[in-house]
Amino acid sequence: MKRRFALSSVAALLAAIMVWAVGGAVLGTSRSEPLHVEITIHYSHYEPAAFRVPAGRPVAIVLRNTDPIDHEWIVGDAALHERHRTGTEPYHASRPTEVTIPALSTITTVVTFASPGSLQYICHLPGHEAYGMVGTVTITP
Amino acid sequence: MRRSTKAHRLALAATSALVAVFMLAGPTLACAGLIGPNGAVNLLRTTTFAGYHDGVEHYVTAFKFAGGGGKFGSIVPLPGIPSDVVRGGDWTLQRLVRETRKQLLFEADLRAAPAASGAEVLLQTRIDALDITILRGGGADVGKWATDHGFRLPPDSPEVLDFYAQRSPIFMAASFDADSAKARGQSIGDGTPVHLTIPTENPWVPLRILGLGKTPGATVEADVFLLTDHRPALLPRPGLVPGLQLAHSDAASDSLLADLRSDKGMGWVPSSAWLTQIAIDADADRLTFDLAVDASGKDTPSMVAAGFVSPRPPAPATPPADLSRIGLALVVFAIGAAFVLGLMATRPAGARPA
Repeated sequence: MKRRFALSSVAALLAAIMVWAVGGAVLGTSRSEPLHVEITIHYSHYEPAAFRVPAGRPVAIVLRNTDPIDHEWIVGDAALHERHRTGTEPYHASRPTEVTIPALSTITTVVTFASPGSLQYICHLPGHEAYGMVGTVTITP
Repeated sequence: MRRSTKAHRLALAATSALVAVFMLAGPTLACAGLIGPNGAVNLLRTTTFAGYHDGVEHYVTAFKFAGGGGKFGSIVPLPGIPSDVVRGGDWTLQRLVRETRKQLLFEADLRAAPAASGAEVLLQTRIDALDITILRGGGADVGKWATDHGFRLPPDSPEVLDFYAQRSPIFMAASFDADSAKARGQSIGDGTPVHLTIPTENPWVPLRILGLGKTPGATVEADVFLLTDHRPALLPRPGLVPGLQLAHSDAASDSLLADLRSDKGMGWVPSSAWLTQIAIDADADRLTFDLAVDASGKDTPSMVAAGFVSPRPPAPATPPADLSRIGLALVVFAIGAAFVLGLMATRPAGARPA
């Protein structure tokens, strides 16, 4: 019985490591290192459109725009997004949570999400949100 | 035979846009809210005719001046490299409308149309207030060229440009200078016809591009006129897919052919031909195909030309997994497998089945 339990445990551990190594979106080895999240923008959609990070740790978010048009990655609560829907700022570069990614380029921004919860990231260029450029980051305790 | 009456202008306006229209935006228009869903601008509208004879497609489209100022642009996918791009004749489009829509002449609809490049520039020319550029490149190349030249492409443009570039990497970018049009004395509703001569064995008419930039739930209303040597076989077949209707299909009348032939650049029109009109009234998000035309009489329109089959696999949507991570995964798996095998090898004999 113990041997079967040991085999099952090893198999589960291997599966977890495989999943992390091949497909995991979030990387980071210790609490002192920033986590890494890669988001590809393709055909005006975020991939992945959802990810989870712990609160209080810096997260390096690599935004890779494969499209020949500019995009935005703006993360925040509903009030912030409402402001951006009617905003006038043409280019975002001064805040880590509000980034413009020019066509066919890659931008890295480092964000520390302070408290647990759920935030959306959206591209607020005209028509992009309605087209589906919306994602969700879940911040865990 | 010049047709410039109000009735004809109304009839021309009744035909719908056949190319995607974009605004050439300044850098201050990059954030949401500065323009409305259709832009605080007047969108130009176009009418299109595709004639096919002796292996040459004659593509005639008119860019209409809709008032306002600034610059507007459009991108039109083409089935091949044009051998010539000139100002079109003055009445071809109007005459086709008159031939097939006599009963609608006075029921015209004047609604506005809803609203570092690797691209190679093959040809540039100016026709009236239009700057025409013929480009060759992939979807990303052409899209980048367009954004670098002030076109503000809608969010669905990357996918749609790739859709076309996979089959034909030739595009026409047209920039319409409304200020120049006004200075030239063009009035609202005046069109600038452009005639492209495109040698090709594979004629098709772009339809999917009509839905570009449309908001969800928007409809595409358009008319496609075809003039071919024989009755063409079409894919998809009008009537069998929602939104496409065969509005006219008959031998072209002698008077029509004579009128067309007498227009500028239309001497190629044969002595007998078949006239087809396809009326499009479709949800933009369901218009995911083009119109393949087989005018040879063999009844074999191309699935590829219609956009139902991709000529080559699409580019991967996501980058391949990191090889170092895959290598690490394999090492971990090998160690784990060795551990498991070791455990199994040391099983006590009593535990084995009898």
